[in-house]
Amino acid sequence: MKSNASVSDRIFVILVYVILGGLSITTLLPMMQAVTISLSPPEVVNSYGFHLIPFEFDFTGYERVMQYGALWTAYGNTIVRTLLGTLITLIMTFLGAYPLSKRSLPNRKLWTGVIVLTMFFSGGLIPSYLLIKGLGIMNTMWSLVLPGAVSAFMLLIVRNFIIGLPESLEESAKIDGANDIVILFRIVLPLSLPIIATVGLYSGVGHWNAWFDSMIYIQDEKKQVLQMILRKILLEGQDVSVEAGAGSTAQAVNSETVKMAALVVSVLPILLVYPFLQKYFVKGTLMGSVKG
Amino acid sequence: MKRGLLLKSYAQHKYFFLMLLPVLVYYGIFHYGPMYGVVIAFQDYQFLKGVSGSPWVGLDNFRELFGGLYFGTVLRNTLIINFYKLLFGFGAPILLALLINEVRVKWFKKTVQTISYLPHFLSWVVLAGMLIEILSPSRGPINMVLTMLGLEPIFFISEPSWFRTILVSSDIWRSIGFASIIYLAAIAGINPEMYEAAEVDGISRVQKIWHITIPSIAPVIVIMLILNSGSIINDDFEQVFNLLNAKVMGVGDVLSTYTYSEGLLKMNYSYAAAVGLFKNVVALALVLTANYIASKLSDDTIF
Repeated sequence: MKSNASVSDRIFVILVYVILGGLSITTLLPMMQAVTISLSPPEVVNSYGFHLIPFEFDFTGYERVMQYGALWTAYGNTIVRTLLGTLITLIMTFLGAYPLSKRSLPNRKLWTGVIVLTMFFSGGLIPSYLLIKGLGIMNTMWSLVLPGAVSAFMLLIVRNFIIGLPESLEESAKIDGANDIVILFRIVLPLSLPIIATVGLYSGVGHWNAWFDSMIYIQDEKKQVLQMILRKILLEGQDVSVEAGAGSTAQAVNSETVKMAALVVSVLPILLVYPFLQKYFVKGTLMGSVKG
Repeated sequence: MKRGLLLKSYAQHKYFFLMLLPVLVYYGIFHYGPMYGVVIAFQDYQFLKGVSGSPWVGLDNFRELFGGLYFGTVLRNTLIINFYKLLFGFGAPILLALLINEVRVKWFKKTVQTISYLPHFLSWVVLAGMLIEILSPSRGPINMVLTMLGLEPIFFISEPSWFRTILVSSDIWRSIGFASIIYLAAIAGINPEMYEAAEVDGISRVQKIWHITIPSIAPVIVIMLILNSGSIINDDFEQVFNLLNAKVMGVGDVLSTYTYSEGLLKMNYSYAAAVGLFKNVVALALVLTANYIASKLSDDTIF
Protein backbone atom coordinates (compact mmCIF):
# COMPACT_ATOMS: atom_id res chain seq x y z
CA MET A 1 0.00 0.00 0.00
CA LYS A 2 1.53 3.22 -1.11
CA SER A 3 -0.05 5.56 1.40
CA ASN A 4 0.07 8.76 -0.62
CA ALA A 5 -1.72 7.39 -3.67
CA SER A 6 -4.30 5.50 -1.64
CA VAL A 7 -5.32 8.54 0.43
CA SER A 8 -5.88 10.63 -2.67
CA ASP A 9 -7.67 7.66 -4.24
CA ARG A 10 -10.01 7.42 -1.29
CA ILE A 11 -10.86 11.12 -1.44
CA PHE A 12 -11.43 10.78 -5.18
CA VAL A 13 -13.77 7.81 -4.74
CA ILE A 14 -15.82 9.66 -2.12
CA LEU A 15 -16.05 12.61 -4.48
CA VAL A 16 -17.25 10.31 -7.29
CA TYR A 17 -20.06 8.92 -5.13
CA VAL A 18 -21.09 12.37 -3.92
CA ILE A 19 -21.26 13.79 -7.46
CA LEU A 20 -23.16 10.82 -8.89
CA GLY A 21 -25.54 10.76 -5.91
CA GLY A 22 -26.14 14.48 -6.36
CA LEU A 23 -26.82 14.05 -10.06
CA SER A 24 -29.33 11.26 -9.41
CA ILE A 25 -31.18 13.37 -6.85
CA THR A 26 -31.24 16.34 -9.24
CA THR A 27 -32.76 14.12 -11.91
CA LEU A 28 -35.38 12.63 -9.62
CA LEU A 29 -36.35 15.84 -7.80
CA PRO A 30 -38.57 17.34 -10.55
CA MET A 31 -40.32 14.01 -11.03
CA MET A 32 -40.95 13.56 -7.32
CA GLN A 33 -42.27 17.09 -7.05
CA ALA A 34 -44.68 16.44 -9.92
CA VAL A 35 -46.02 13.31 -8.23
CA THR A 36 -46.32 15.06 -4.85
CA ILE A 37 -48.23 18.01 -6.27
CA SER A 38 -50.55 15.68 -8.17
CA LEU A 39 -51.47 13.97 -4.90
CA SER A 40 -51.89 17.09 -2.75
CA PRO A 41 -54.92 19.32 -2.24
CA PRO A 42 -54.49 22.68 -4.03
CA GLU A 43 -54.44 24.69 -0.77
CA VAL A 44 -51.44 22.74 0.49
CA VAL A 45 -49.63 23.11 -2.82
CA ASN A 46 -50.01 26.85 -2.73
CA SER A 47 -49.39 27.54 0.94
CA TYR A 48 -46.58 25.15 1.88
CA GLY A 49 -44.29 25.63 -1.07
CA PHE A 50 -41.80 22.93 -1.99
CA HIS A 51 -42.05 19.54 -0.31
CA LEU A 52 -41.33 16.01 -1.49
CA ILE A 53 -43.77 13.95 0.51
CA PRO A 54 -47.45 14.92 0.41
CA PHE A 55 -48.65 16.39 3.75
CA GLU A 56 -52.18 15.41 2.91
CA PHE A 57 -53.36 12.99 0.25
CA ASP A 58 -56.01 14.22 -2.12
CA PHE A 59 -57.13 12.56 -5.32
CA THR A 60 -59.34 15.33 -6.71
CA GLY A 61 -56.66 16.13 -9.28
CA TYR A 62 -56.85 12.61 -10.67
CA GLU A 63 -60.65 12.59 -10.42
CA ARG A 64 -60.89 15.71 -12.53
CA VAL A 65 -58.41 14.34 -15.04
CA MET A 66 -60.45 11.13 -15.20
CA GLN A 67 -63.57 13.13 -16.06
CA TYR A 68 -61.82 15.13 -18.77
CA GLY A 69 -63.05 13.43 -21.95
CA ALA A 70 -60.70 15.19 -24.38
CA LEU A 71 -57.68 13.76 -22.59
CA TRP A 72 -58.93 10.20 -22.95
CA THR A 73 -59.87 10.66 -26.60
CA ALA A 74 -56.33 11.88 -27.10
CA TYR A 75 -54.99 8.94 -25.13
CA GLY A 76 -56.78 6.61 -27.53
CA ASN A 77 -55.45 8.50 -30.54
CA THR A 78 -51.92 8.24 -29.20
CA ILE A 79 -52.27 4.50 -28.62
CA VAL A 80 -53.58 3.98 -32.18
CA ARG A 81 -50.87 6.21 -33.58
CA THR A 82 -48.14 4.40 -31.63
CA LEU A 83 -49.29 0.94 -32.71
CA LEU A 84 -49.96 1.80 -36.34
CA GLY A 85 -46.84 3.94 -36.68
CA THR A 86 -44.59 1.33 -35.12
CA LEU A 87 -46.02 -1.42 -37.31
CA ILE A 88 -45.45 0.62 -40.48
CA THR A 89 -41.94 1.51 -39.35
CA LEU A 90 -41.03 -2.11 -38.64
CA ILE A 91 -42.34 -3.40 -41.96
CA MET A 92 -40.81 -0.61 -44.04
CA THR A 93 -37.46 -0.68 -42.26
CA PHE A 94 -37.13 -4.41 -42.87
CA LEU A 95 -38.25 -4.17 -46.48
CA GLY A 96 -35.47 -1.63 -46.99
CA ALA A 97 -32.76 -3.20 -44.86
CA TYR A 98 -32.98 -6.78 -46.12
CA PRO A 99 -32.28 -6.18 -49.84
CA LEU A 100 -29.54 -3.66 -48.98
CA SER A 101 -27.84 -6.29 -46.82
CA LYS A 102 -27.22 -8.42 -49.95
CA ARG A 103 -23.74 -7.91 -51.30
CA SER A 104 -24.82 -9.21 -54.71
CA LEU A 105 -27.49 -6.50 -55.13
CA PRO A 106 -26.72 -4.47 -58.28
CA ASN A 107 -25.84 -0.81 -57.59
CA ARG A 108 -26.09 -1.51 -53.88
CA LYS A 109 -23.94 1.50 -52.97
CA LEU A 110 -26.10 3.82 -55.04
CA TRP A 111 -29.37 2.65 -53.49
CA THR A 112 -27.91 2.85 -50.01
CA GLY A 113 -26.56 6.30 -50.79
CA VAL A 114 -29.98 7.53 -51.88
CA ILE A 115 -31.25 6.71 -48.39
CA VAL A 116 -28.20 7.80 -46.38
CA LEU A 117 -28.15 11.21 -48.06
CA THR A 118 -31.38 12.10 -46.27
CA MET A 119 -29.51 11.92 -42.95
CA PHE A 120 -27.42 14.93 -43.91
CA PHE A 121 -29.79 17.17 -45.79
CA SER A 122 -33.51 17.78 -45.68
CA GLY A 123 -35.96 20.20 -47.22
CA GLY A 124 -36.97 21.54 -43.84
CA LEU A 125 -40.21 22.38 -42.10
CA ILE A 126 -42.04 24.49 -44.69
CA PRO A 127 -41.58 22.22 -47.74
CA SER A 128 -42.57 19.20 -45.61
CA TYR A 129 -45.68 21.00 -44.40
CA LEU A 130 -46.65 21.98 -47.94
CA LEU A 131 -46.07 18.40 -49.09
CA ILE A 132 -48.50 17.03 -46.50
CA LYS A 133 -50.98 19.71 -47.48
CA GLY A 134 -50.50 18.91 -51.18
CA LEU A 135 -50.93 15.18 -50.61
CA GLY A 136 -54.30 15.87 -49.01
CA ILE A 137 -53.53 13.94 -45.83
CA MET A 138 -53.88 16.91 -43.48
CA ASN A 139 -56.03 16.17 -40.45
CA THR A 140 -55.63 12.39 -40.88
CA MET A 141 -53.65 9.77 -39.00
CA TRP A 142 -51.45 9.32 -42.10
CA SER A 143 -49.87 12.75 -41.60
CA LEU A 144 -48.58 11.48 -38.25
CA VAL A 145 -47.39 7.98 -39.16
CA LEU A 146 -46.06 8.32 -42.72
CA PRO A 147 -43.59 11.25 -42.84
CA GLY A 148 -41.18 9.73 -40.29
CA ALA A 149 -41.90 6.09 -41.12
CA VAL A 150 -38.35 5.05 -41.98
CA SER A 151 -35.28 6.52 -40.34
CA ALA A 152 -32.13 6.08 -42.42
CA PHE A 153 -30.17 5.60 -39.22
CA MET A 154 -32.38 2.73 -38.05
CA LEU A 155 -32.35 1.19 -41.50
CA LEU A 156 -28.55 1.09 -41.42
CA ILE A 157 -28.57 -0.49 -37.97
CA VAL A 158 -30.94 -3.22 -39.15
CA ARG A 159 -28.98 -3.73 -42.36
CA ASN A 160 -25.75 -4.19 -40.40
CA PHE A 161 -27.50 -6.62 -38.08
CA ILE A 162 -28.73 -8.75 -40.99
CA ILE A 163 -25.27 -8.71 -42.59
CA GLY A 164 -24.00 -10.19 -39.33
CA LEU A 165 -26.37 -13.18 -39.51
CA PRO A 166 -24.83 -16.52 -40.63
CA GLU A 167 -25.18 -16.87 -44.39
CA SER A 168 -25.28 -20.68 -44.41
CA LEU A 169 -28.88 -20.71 -43.13
CA GLU A 170 -30.14 -18.73 -46.10
CA GLU A 171 -28.16 -20.81 -48.56
CA SER A 172 -29.58 -24.09 -47.34
CA ALA A 173 -33.11 -22.64 -47.56
CA LYS A 174 -32.38 -21.58 -51.12
CA ILE A 175 -31.31 -25.12 -52.01
CA ASP A 176 -34.67 -26.26 -50.64
CA GLY A 177 -36.28 -23.95 -53.18
CA ALA A 178 -37.38 -21.06 -50.96
CA ASN A 179 -37.54 -17.68 -52.71
CA ASP A 180 -36.20 -14.43 -51.23
CA ILE A 181 -39.49 -13.35 -49.71
CA VAL A 182 -39.99 -16.71 -48.00
CA ILE A 183 -36.43 -16.51 -46.68
CA LEU A 184 -37.12 -13.05 -45.25
CA PHE A 185 -40.21 -14.15 -43.35
CA ARG A 186 -39.14 -17.66 -42.32
CA ILE A 187 -35.47 -17.20 -41.57
CA VAL A 188 -34.26 -13.62 -41.37
CA LEU A 189 -37.18 -12.20 -39.37
CA PRO A 190 -37.17 -14.83 -36.59
CA LEU A 191 -33.43 -14.38 -36.17
CA SER A 192 -33.85 -10.62 -36.02
CA LEU A 193 -36.13 -10.44 -32.98
CA PRO A 194 -33.64 -8.46 -30.83
CA ILE A 195 -33.27 -5.75 -33.46
CA ILE A 196 -37.04 -5.74 -34.06
CA ALA A 197 -37.50 -4.97 -30.37
CA THR A 198 -34.97 -2.14 -30.57
CA VAL A 199 -36.48 -0.52 -33.67
CA GLY A 200 -40.01 -1.03 -32.36
CA LEU A 201 -39.28 0.59 -29.01
CA TYR A 202 -37.46 3.55 -30.58
CA SER A 203 -40.41 4.10 -32.88
CA GLY A 204 -42.98 3.53 -30.14
CA VAL A 205 -41.45 6.02 -27.71
CA GLY A 206 -41.07 8.51 -30.54
CA HIS A 207 -44.76 8.26 -31.39
CA TRP A 208 -45.86 8.39 -27.76
CA ASN A 209 -43.90 11.60 -27.16
CA ALA A 210 -44.61 13.31 -30.49
CA TRP A 211 -46.77 16.43 -30.53
CA PHE A 212 -45.41 18.92 -33.07
CA ASP A 213 -46.70 17.06 -36.13
CA SER A 214 -50.09 16.81 -34.48
CA MET A 215 -50.03 20.54 -33.74
CA ILE A 216 -49.41 21.54 -37.36
CA TYR A 217 -51.23 18.79 -39.26
CA ILE A 218 -54.30 18.05 -37.12
CA GLN A 219 -56.98 20.73 -36.79
CA ASP A 220 -59.78 18.57 -35.42
CA GLU A 221 -59.64 18.56 -31.61
CA LYS A 222 -61.03 15.01 -31.50
CA LYS A 223 -58.04 13.75 -33.50
CA GLN A 224 -55.37 15.40 -31.35
CA VAL A 225 -52.77 13.28 -29.63
CA LEU A 226 -52.11 13.06 -25.91
CA GLN A 227 -49.00 15.25 -25.79
CA MET A 228 -50.91 18.09 -27.49
CA ILE A 229 -53.76 17.99 -24.99
CA LEU A 230 -51.21 17.75 -22.20
CA ARG A 231 -49.40 20.74 -23.67
CA LYS A 232 -52.63 22.70 -23.65
CA ILE A 233 -53.34 21.80 -20.02
CA LEU A 234 -49.77 22.33 -18.78
CA LEU A 235 -48.44 25.22 -20.80
CA GLU A 236 -51.43 27.01 -22.26
CA GLY A 237 -53.64 26.66 -19.19
CA GLN A 238 -56.64 25.15 -20.99
CA ASP A 239 -59.38 24.62 -18.43
CA VAL A 240 -60.08 20.99 -17.68
CA SER A 241 -63.33 21.73 -15.88
CA VAL A 242 -65.20 23.06 -18.93
CA GLU A 243 -65.77 19.67 -20.44
CA ALA A 244 -65.77 17.75 -17.20
CA GLY A 245 -68.84 19.66 -16.08
CA ALA A 246 -67.19 20.35 -12.74
CA GLY A 247 -67.11 24.08 -13.32
CA SER A 248 -69.73 24.67 -10.66
CA THR A 249 -67.23 24.14 -7.87
CA ALA A 250 -65.68 27.46 -8.95
CA GLN A 251 -62.15 26.09 -8.71
CA ALA A 252 -59.22 28.24 -9.78
CA VAL A 253 -58.44 27.51 -13.44
CA ASN A 254 -56.42 24.30 -13.63
CA SER A 255 -54.87 24.03 -10.23
CA GLU A 256 -51.31 22.74 -10.21
CA THR A 257 -52.75 19.53 -8.82
CA VAL A 258 -54.75 18.89 -11.97
CA LYS A 259 -51.82 19.80 -14.22
CA MET A 260 -49.44 17.43 -12.51
CA ALA A 261 -52.06 14.66 -12.36
CA ALA A 262 -52.45 14.91 -16.15
CA LEU A 263 -48.67 14.82 -16.50
CA VAL A 264 -48.31 11.72 -14.33
CA VAL A 265 -51.12 9.93 -16.17
CA SER A 266 -49.45 10.57 -19.52
CA VAL A 267 -45.96 9.33 -18.56
CA LEU A 268 -47.20 6.25 -16.70
CA PRO A 269 -47.07 3.89 -19.73
CA ILE A 270 -43.49 4.96 -20.44
CA LEU A 271 -42.46 4.33 -16.83
CA LEU A 272 -44.12 0.90 -16.84
CA VAL A 273 -42.08 -0.34 -19.81
CA TYR A 274 -38.98 1.64 -18.86
CA PRO A 275 -36.88 -1.37 -17.78
CA PHE A 276 -37.28 -2.90 -21.28
CA LEU A 277 -36.88 0.45 -22.96
CA GLN A 278 -33.64 1.15 -21.21
CA LYS A 279 -32.07 -2.18 -22.16
CA TYR A 280 -33.02 -2.02 -25.82
CA PHE A 281 -32.30 1.67 -26.23
CA VAL A 282 -28.79 1.16 -24.90
CA LYS A 283 -28.38 -1.71 -27.35
CA GLY A 284 -29.66 0.41 -30.23
CA THR A 285 -27.34 3.30 -29.47
CA LEU A 286 -24.34 1.00 -29.32
CA MET A 287 -25.21 -0.84 -32.52
CA GLY A 288 -25.50 2.50 -34.26
CA SER A 289 -22.11 3.60 -33.03
CA VAL A 290 -20.24 0.52 -34.16
CA LYS A 291 -20.73 0.97 -37.88
CA GLY A 292 -22.73 4.20 -38.01
CA MET B 1 -21.97 -6.34 -72.70
CA LYS B 2 -21.62 -4.83 -69.22
CA ARG B 3 -25.07 -3.34 -69.41
CA GLY B 4 -26.54 -6.71 -70.29
CA LEU B 5 -24.92 -8.24 -67.22
CA LEU B 6 -26.29 -5.47 -65.02
CA LEU B 7 -29.79 -5.94 -66.39
CA LYS B 8 -29.51 -9.66 -65.79
CA SER B 9 -28.42 -8.99 -62.23
CA TYR B 10 -31.45 -6.75 -61.72
CA ALA B 11 -33.68 -9.49 -63.11
CA GLN B 12 -32.12 -12.01 -60.74
CA HIS B 13 -32.78 -9.71 -57.80
CA LYS B 14 -36.33 -8.82 -58.81
CA TYR B 15 -37.80 -9.92 -55.47
CA PHE B 16 -35.32 -7.76 -53.60
CA PHE B 17 -36.29 -4.75 -55.67
CA LEU B 18 -39.95 -5.57 -55.12
CA MET B 19 -39.24 -5.26 -51.39
CA LEU B 20 -37.11 -2.16 -51.81
CA LEU B 21 -39.68 -0.42 -54.01
CA PRO B 22 -42.08 0.84 -51.28
CA VAL B 23 -39.11 2.15 -49.29
CA LEU B 24 -37.70 3.99 -52.31
CA VAL B 25 -41.14 5.40 -53.09
CA TYR B 26 -41.40 6.53 -49.45
CA TYR B 27 -38.01 8.28 -49.63
CA GLY B 28 -38.94 9.79 -52.97
CA ILE B 29 -42.13 11.33 -51.61
CA PHE B 30 -41.36 12.21 -47.99
CA HIS B 31 -37.67 13.09 -48.20
CA TYR B 32 -36.84 14.03 -51.78
CA GLY B 33 -40.24 15.71 -52.18
CA PRO B 34 -39.42 18.39 -49.57
CA MET B 35 -35.88 18.67 -50.99
CA TYR B 36 -37.42 19.62 -54.31
CA GLY B 37 -40.02 21.77 -52.55
CA VAL B 38 -37.27 23.90 -51.05
CA VAL B 39 -37.04 25.77 -54.38
CA ILE B 40 -39.90 27.89 -53.05
CA ALA B 41 -37.18 29.74 -51.13
CA PHE B 42 -36.35 31.30 -54.52
CA GLN B 43 -39.99 32.01 -55.37
CA ASP B 44 -42.88 34.11 -54.22
CA TYR B 45 -44.84 30.99 -53.38
CA GLN B 46 -48.61 31.00 -53.51
CA PHE B 47 -50.35 27.84 -52.40
CA LEU B 48 -53.01 27.88 -55.15
CA LYS B 49 -50.42 28.22 -57.91
CA GLY B 50 -48.13 25.55 -56.48
CA VAL B 51 -44.39 25.18 -56.95
CA SER B 52 -44.59 25.12 -60.74
CA GLY B 53 -46.87 28.16 -61.08
CA SER B 54 -45.41 30.55 -58.51
CA PRO B 55 -43.21 33.39 -59.79
CA TRP B 56 -39.43 33.19 -59.37
CA VAL B 57 -37.82 35.99 -57.39
CA GLY B 58 -34.19 34.87 -57.33
CA LEU B 59 -32.44 35.76 -54.09
CA ASP B 60 -35.04 38.29 -52.90
CA ASN B 61 -36.03 36.21 -49.88
CA PHE B 62 -32.41 35.88 -48.82
CA ARG B 63 -31.87 39.63 -49.28
CA GLU B 64 -34.86 40.28 -47.04
CA LEU B 65 -33.48 37.75 -44.59
CA PHE B 66 -29.99 39.17 -44.24
CA GLY B 67 -31.26 42.74 -44.44
CA GLY B 68 -33.83 42.22 -41.68
CA LEU B 69 -33.01 43.40 -38.17
CA TYR B 70 -34.92 40.66 -36.38
CA PHE B 71 -33.21 37.85 -38.31
CA GLY B 72 -29.90 39.06 -36.87
CA THR B 73 -31.33 38.74 -33.36
CA VAL B 74 -32.64 35.25 -34.09
CA LEU B 75 -29.35 34.09 -35.59
CA ARG B 76 -27.39 35.52 -32.66
CA ASN B 77 -29.72 33.81 -30.15
CA THR B 78 -29.33 30.52 -31.97
CA LEU B 79 -25.54 30.69 -32.10
CA ILE B 80 -25.14 31.82 -28.49
CA ILE B 81 -27.51 29.20 -27.04
CA ASN B 82 -26.07 26.37 -29.12
CA PHE B 83 -22.49 27.44 -28.46
CA TYR B 84 -23.10 27.24 -24.72
CA LYS B 85 -24.90 23.93 -25.12
CA LEU B 86 -21.91 22.53 -27.00
CA LEU B 87 -19.36 24.10 -24.65
CA PHE B 88 -20.92 22.81 -21.43
CA GLY B 89 -22.97 19.94 -22.80
CA PHE B 90 -20.39 18.13 -24.91
CA GLY B 91 -17.97 17.38 -22.10
CA ALA B 92 -20.63 16.61 -19.48
CA PRO B 93 -21.51 13.05 -20.63
CA ILE B 94 -17.79 12.24 -21.02
CA LEU B 95 -17.23 13.33 -17.45
CA LEU B 96 -20.25 11.33 -16.29
CA ALA B 97 -18.98 8.19 -18.06
CA LEU B 98 -15.56 8.60 -16.44
CA LEU B 99 -17.18 8.95 -13.01
CA ILE B 100 -19.57 6.02 -13.47
CA ASN B 101 -16.61 3.90 -14.57
CA GLU B 102 -14.92 4.54 -11.21
CA VAL B 103 -17.85 3.08 -9.25
CA ARG B 104 -17.17 -0.47 -8.05
CA VAL B 105 -20.46 -0.98 -6.18
CA LYS B 106 -22.69 -2.61 -8.76
CA TRP B 107 -26.14 -1.62 -7.51
CA PHE B 108 -25.06 2.01 -7.16
CA LYS B 109 -23.68 2.04 -10.69
CA LYS B 110 -26.89 0.54 -12.10
CA THR B 111 -29.12 2.90 -10.14
CA VAL B 112 -27.21 5.98 -11.29
CA GLN B 113 -27.41 4.83 -14.91
CA THR B 114 -31.12 3.98 -14.75
CA ILE B 115 -31.98 7.34 -13.18
CA SER B 116 -29.79 9.42 -15.46
CA TYR B 117 -31.20 7.83 -18.65
CA LEU B 118 -34.80 8.48 -17.61
CA PRO B 119 -35.33 12.08 -18.84
CA HIS B 120 -34.35 10.95 -22.35
CA PHE B 121 -37.62 9.01 -22.56
CA LEU B 122 -39.89 11.91 -21.65
CA SER B 123 -41.17 14.50 -24.10
CA TRP B 124 -40.26 18.17 -23.80
CA VAL B 125 -43.92 18.88 -23.08
CA VAL B 126 -43.66 16.80 -19.91
CA LEU B 127 -40.19 18.09 -19.06
CA ALA B 128 -41.24 21.71 -19.56
CA GLY B 129 -44.22 21.11 -17.26
CA MET B 130 -41.91 19.76 -14.55
CA LEU B 131 -39.31 22.44 -15.14
CA ILE B 132 -41.85 25.20 -14.64
CA GLU B 133 -42.77 23.66 -11.28
CA ILE B 134 -39.14 23.31 -10.18
CA LEU B 135 -38.44 26.94 -11.14
CA SER B 136 -41.71 28.23 -9.74
CA PRO B 137 -41.25 31.36 -7.59
CA SER B 138 -43.61 30.05 -4.90
CA ARG B 139 -43.28 26.26 -5.01
CA GLY B 140 -39.88 25.49 -6.53
CA PRO B 141 -36.94 24.31 -4.43
CA ILE B 142 -34.50 26.73 -6.05
CA ASN B 143 -36.51 29.78 -5.10
CA MET B 144 -37.14 28.26 -1.69
CA VAL B 145 -33.38 28.23 -1.11
CA LEU B 146 -33.12 31.81 -2.38
CA THR B 147 -35.88 32.95 -0.04
CA MET B 148 -34.26 31.20 2.91
CA LEU B 149 -31.07 33.08 2.15
CA GLY B 150 -33.10 36.27 2.33
CA LEU B 151 -33.03 36.90 -1.43
CA GLU B 152 -35.93 37.79 -3.69
CA PRO B 153 -37.45 34.86 -5.63
CA ILE B 154 -36.71 34.90 -9.37
CA PHE B 155 -39.24 34.25 -12.16
CA PHE B 156 -36.67 32.18 -14.05
CA ILE B 157 -38.85 31.21 -17.02
CA SER B 158 -39.87 34.76 -17.93
CA GLU B 159 -36.63 36.49 -16.96
CA PRO B 160 -34.59 37.32 -20.10
CA SER B 161 -31.28 37.25 -18.23
CA TRP B 162 -31.97 33.69 -17.06
CA PHE B 163 -33.67 32.15 -20.07
CA ARG B 164 -30.59 30.95 -21.94
CA THR B 165 -29.13 29.50 -18.77
CA ILE B 166 -32.37 27.57 -18.28
CA LEU B 167 -32.21 26.24 -21.84
CA VAL B 168 -28.58 25.16 -21.59
CA SER B 169 -28.83 23.56 -18.15
CA SER B 170 -32.10 21.75 -18.80
CA ASP B 171 -30.67 20.42 -22.06
CA ILE B 172 -27.66 19.00 -20.23
CA TRP B 173 -29.92 17.67 -17.47
CA ARG B 174 -31.97 15.78 -20.03
CA SER B 175 -29.24 14.39 -22.26
CA ILE B 176 -26.22 13.82 -20.00
CA GLY B 177 -27.15 10.27 -18.98
CA PHE B 178 -28.10 8.86 -22.33
CA ALA B 179 -25.21 10.53 -24.12
CA SER B 180 -22.78 8.91 -21.70
CA ILE B 181 -23.66 5.40 -22.98
CA ILE B 182 -21.36 5.63 -25.98
CA TYR B 183 -18.42 6.73 -23.86
CA LEU B 184 -19.08 4.01 -21.28
CA ALA B 185 -19.01 1.44 -24.09
CA ALA B 186 -15.75 2.91 -25.38
CA ILE B 187 -14.24 2.76 -21.88
CA ALA B 188 -15.36 -0.87 -21.51
CA GLY B 189 -13.41 -1.68 -24.66
CA ILE B 190 -10.07 -0.52 -23.24
CA ASN B 191 -7.55 -3.30 -22.74
CA PRO B 192 -7.37 -4.00 -18.95
CA GLU B 193 -3.68 -4.83 -19.23
CA MET B 194 -2.98 -1.14 -19.63
CA TYR B 195 -4.45 -0.46 -16.20
CA GLU B 196 -2.66 -3.43 -14.68
CA ALA B 197 0.66 -2.18 -15.99
CA ALA B 198 -0.10 1.24 -14.53
CA GLU B 199 -0.95 -0.26 -11.15
CA VAL B 200 2.52 -1.80 -10.96
CA ASP B 201 3.87 1.72 -11.27
CA GLY B 202 1.56 2.76 -8.42
CA ILE B 203 -0.18 5.67 -10.10
CA SER B 204 -3.39 7.12 -8.69
CA ARG B 205 -6.89 6.71 -10.09
CA VAL B 206 -7.02 10.27 -11.35
CA GLN B 207 -3.73 9.74 -13.19
CA LYS B 208 -5.11 6.54 -14.73
CA ILE B 209 -8.08 8.46 -16.08
CA TRP B 210 -5.85 11.19 -17.43
CA HIS B 211 -3.12 9.01 -18.95
CA ILE B 212 -5.02 5.89 -20.01
CA THR B 213 -8.79 6.30 -20.18
CA ILE B 214 -9.07 9.66 -21.91
CA PRO B 215 -6.40 8.98 -24.59
CA SER B 216 -8.03 5.59 -25.27
CA ILE B 217 -11.48 7.04 -25.91
CA ALA B 218 -10.18 10.07 -27.82
CA PRO B 219 -11.23 8.65 -31.24
CA VAL B 220 -14.81 8.28 -30.02
CA ILE B 221 -14.74 11.83 -28.65
CA VAL B 222 -13.56 13.14 -32.04
CA ILE B 223 -16.32 11.28 -33.90
CA MET B 224 -18.96 12.57 -31.50
CA LEU B 225 -17.63 16.10 -31.94
CA ILE B 226 -17.98 15.76 -35.73
CA LEU B 227 -21.51 14.42 -35.42
CA ASN B 228 -22.39 17.26 -33.04
CA SER B 229 -20.80 20.07 -35.03
CA GLY B 230 -24.04 20.74 -36.91
CA SER B 231 -25.77 21.38 -33.60
CA ILE B 232 -24.24 24.86 -33.40
CA ILE B 233 -26.95 25.95 -35.86
CA ASN B 234 -29.54 23.17 -35.44
CA ASP B 235 -31.50 24.23 -32.40
CA ASP B 236 -33.82 22.02 -30.38
CA PHE B 237 -37.25 23.23 -31.48
CA GLU B 238 -39.21 21.04 -29.07
CA GLN B 239 -37.29 22.37 -26.09
CA VAL B 240 -37.22 26.05 -26.99
CA PHE B 241 -40.81 26.19 -28.23
CA ASN B 242 -42.24 24.68 -25.05
CA LEU B 243 -40.35 27.08 -22.80
CA LEU B 244 -40.56 30.21 -24.94
CA ASN B 245 -42.87 33.02 -23.81
CA ALA B 246 -43.51 36.61 -24.84
CA LYS B 247 -41.13 38.09 -22.27
CA VAL B 248 -38.07 36.17 -23.47
CA MET B 249 -38.56 36.32 -27.26
CA GLY B 250 -35.64 38.75 -27.61
CA VAL B 251 -33.15 36.28 -26.14
CA GLY B 252 -34.84 32.96 -26.86
CA ASP B 253 -36.37 33.10 -30.34
CA VAL B 254 -34.17 30.81 -32.47
CA LEU B 255 -34.05 29.79 -36.15
CA SER B 256 -36.48 26.87 -35.86
CA THR B 257 -39.07 28.75 -33.78
CA TYR B 258 -38.71 31.73 -36.13
CA THR B 259 -39.22 29.47 -39.17
CA TYR B 260 -42.35 28.10 -37.53
CA SER B 261 -43.88 31.45 -36.67
CA GLU B 262 -43.00 33.08 -40.01
CA GLY B 263 -44.06 30.10 -42.12
CA LEU B 264 -46.96 28.45 -40.37
CA LEU B 265 -48.44 31.29 -38.32
CA LYS B 266 -47.87 34.23 -40.69
CA MET B 267 -47.85 32.01 -43.80
CA ASN B 268 -44.80 33.65 -45.36
CA TYR B 269 -43.98 30.27 -46.88
CA SER B 270 -41.16 31.35 -49.17
CA TYR B 271 -39.43 33.53 -46.60
CA ALA B 272 -39.64 30.82 -43.93
CA ALA B 273 -38.39 28.19 -46.41
CA ALA B 274 -35.39 30.47 -47.03
CA VAL B 275 -34.70 30.61 -43.28
CA GLY B 276 -34.89 26.81 -43.11
CA LEU B 277 -32.71 26.33 -46.18
CA PHE B 278 -30.09 28.69 -44.78
CA LYS B 279 -30.03 26.66 -41.56
CA ASN B 280 -29.76 23.29 -43.32
CA VAL B 281 -27.00 24.40 -45.69
CA VAL B 282 -24.92 25.83 -42.85
CA ALA B 283 -25.43 22.64 -40.80
CA LEU B 284 -24.30 20.47 -43.72
CA ALA B 285 -21.28 22.67 -44.32
CA LEU B 286 -20.33 22.45 -40.64
CA VAL B 287 -20.45 18.65 -40.59
CA LEU B 288 -18.41 18.41 -43.81
CA THR B 289 -15.85 20.92 -42.50
CA ALA B 290 -15.50 19.17 -39.15
CA ASN B 291 -15.07 15.86 -40.95
CA TYR B 292 -12.42 17.36 -43.24
CA ILE B 293 -10.45 18.83 -40.33
CA ALA B 294 -10.65 15.53 -38.46
CA SER B 295 -9.40 13.65 -41.52
CA LYS B 296 -6.37 15.95 -41.65
CA LEU B 297 -5.61 15.51 -37.97
CA SER B 298 -6.24 11.79 -37.58
CA ASP B 299 -7.92 8.75 -39.07
CA ASP B 300 -11.15 9.24 -37.15
CA THR B 301 -13.76 10.38 -39.64
CA ILE B 302 -17.30 9.37 -40.39
CA PHE B 303 -17.06 9.22 -44.19
